[in-house]
Amino acid sequence: MSNQDKTPERPEADARSGFGQSTRRTFLSRLGMASLLATAGPAVTTLGQRSGKVEQVTSPESKDAIPVTLRVNGKKHDLRIDPRTSLLDCLREHLHLTGSKKGCDHGQCGACTVHINGRRQLSCLSFAALHEGDEITTIEGIGQPEKLHPMQAAFVTCDAYQCGYCTSGQIMSAVALLKEPCGPEDAEVKEFMSGNICRCGAYPNIVAAIQRVRQGAKAG
Amino acid sequence: MKTFQLTRPKDNAQAIAAAAKSKTAQQGAEIRFIAGGTTLIDLMKLNVETPQSLVDVNRLPPDKIEATPDGGLTIGAVVRNSDLAWHPLVRKNYRVLSEAILSGATVQIRNMATTAGNLLQRTRCMYFRDTAMPCNKREPGSGCGAINGFNRNLAILGTSEHCIATNPSDMNVAMAALEATIHVYGPKGERSIPIGDFHLLPGDTPHRETVLEPGDLITHVTLPPPAPGNRSLYLKLRDRTSYEFALASAAVVITVANAKITRARIALGGVGTKPWRSTEAEGELTDQPATEATFRKAADAALRDAKPASQNAFKLELAKRCLIHALKLATQPA
Repeated sequence: MSNQDKTPERPEADARSGFGQSTRRTFLSRLGMASLLATAGPAVTTLGQRSGKVEQVTSPESKDAIPVTLRVNGKKHDLRIDPRTSLLDCLREHLHLTGSKKGCDHGQCGACTVHINGRRQLSCLSFAALHEGDEITTIEGIGQPEKLHPMQAAFVTCDAYQCGYCTSGQIMSAVALLKEPCGPEDAEVKEFMSGNICRCGAYPNIVAAIQRVRQGAKAG
Repeated sequence: MKTFQLTRPKDNAQAIAAAAKSKTAQQGAEIRFIAGGTTLIDLMKLNVETPQSLVDVNRLPPDKIEATPDGGLTIGAVVRNSDLAWHPLVRKNYRVLSEAILSGATVQIRNMATTAGNLLQRTRCMYFRDTAMPCNKREPGSGCGAINGFNRNLAILGTSEHCIATNPSDMNVAMAALEATIHVYGPKGERSIPIGDFHLLPGDTPHRETVLEPGDLITHVTLPPPAPGNRSLYLKLRDRTSYEFALASAAVVITVANAKITRARIALGGVGTKPWRSTEAEGELTDQPATEATFRKAADAALRDAKPASQNAFKLELAKRCLIHALKLATQPA
């Protein structure tokens, strides 16, 4: 009960007043660190001091860490990671590519979809250490705000999302679908997209966005 | 997740030597081969599997699909499900296999999952996947929560008083109807296992699911040449139209000449503790007219020994209708 008695802080309001220049992500990670510092004391302070910048804090190296070299979005990364690290956690927590999302973490929702050697796969259901020599592409490698991939642009045009959490996975699947043996009908698109769950239920607009790109590609 | 060592062998011999040190190749093995990881990593996250060592076989040959000299097919162990399902020879000669694979999982998972891994896919029984629950398959002797619990999705054929877990694979059902052979390379050399002998019934050792011994590495799977003039298909019935395991499914490979069935291979999915080849149904079909009455007899024969539990008796009629409808589709004029 005691927690509920307190008025919860509103991150949006704080973002405007306290951290005016923050992106949502740096703000949230600072907020997370601040609450940790408030509760955990000296151990976490050491972490913060060691890395200098709060938003770049990474976990201390595991005693079982092994060297792994990954190629992500055309860039080579030499890492030392615990072999248990999923490819998704490696992308998000070690390479700070947070576009790929963790939904179920059991291969059931598709939010973590990335391309490996040009084919879509689930990054939560694989270990990063299994991907030496593979070419990994994340949503960050598909397009950027100033230069959207046609599929990203179509998702905007067709309003193919609501909360946006599943969207990067949806777009990674949709981009891969363009090269897959998917028939022209909406029903085929739905079958090929069945591995990407949208809790908001934006499915009709997702199908519309994909068909828009496919028809545009044919016309062009 | 429990920590593990990852080893990357250079060839099959190294992989086998590494895995041969395991006490078992079955549930709870302390050394596991890992390929696509879609089953194993999921179960490791649930602490259902806690291997101390993983042997990465992703880059070991053969990873190809090739025609054999006799007109059959050889499929490398790490050939991904997508590549197998869409291969021109599979689409042309083994339609049932392509349809079965494409009816399972999603594009992402099929891009990862391998042929050998799918042969070893583990049950989706919720008691097996939850370490807080009793399960004779996960922890021998702990009891079965499913038999008097939530068993709507579980098996009605090949069950025992210790386990009623369903084999979840669609690919395996097609492989059973196609009479696939599984080729294994192990510490004692190479051997070939007909798919019917590969999976074990639960009996009183449900933790033993296959005949594999420590160090046994599946290298490839072969399919015999397609029976001349056959038609084949896979029909899957489930709660959702996509991305769902079968409540009942049927793989049918059938040859009809002059309205008479000359050859039939039948396997059922979603209802068996292993991929369920039904020689009983095949016996009722062979040399009989391709009519609904014949199909009904075959379906009755296939389900004759079924033992439903408290929530899955509906599967008995569902599986029969599934097989009858699959036979109708496979024998209707082109």
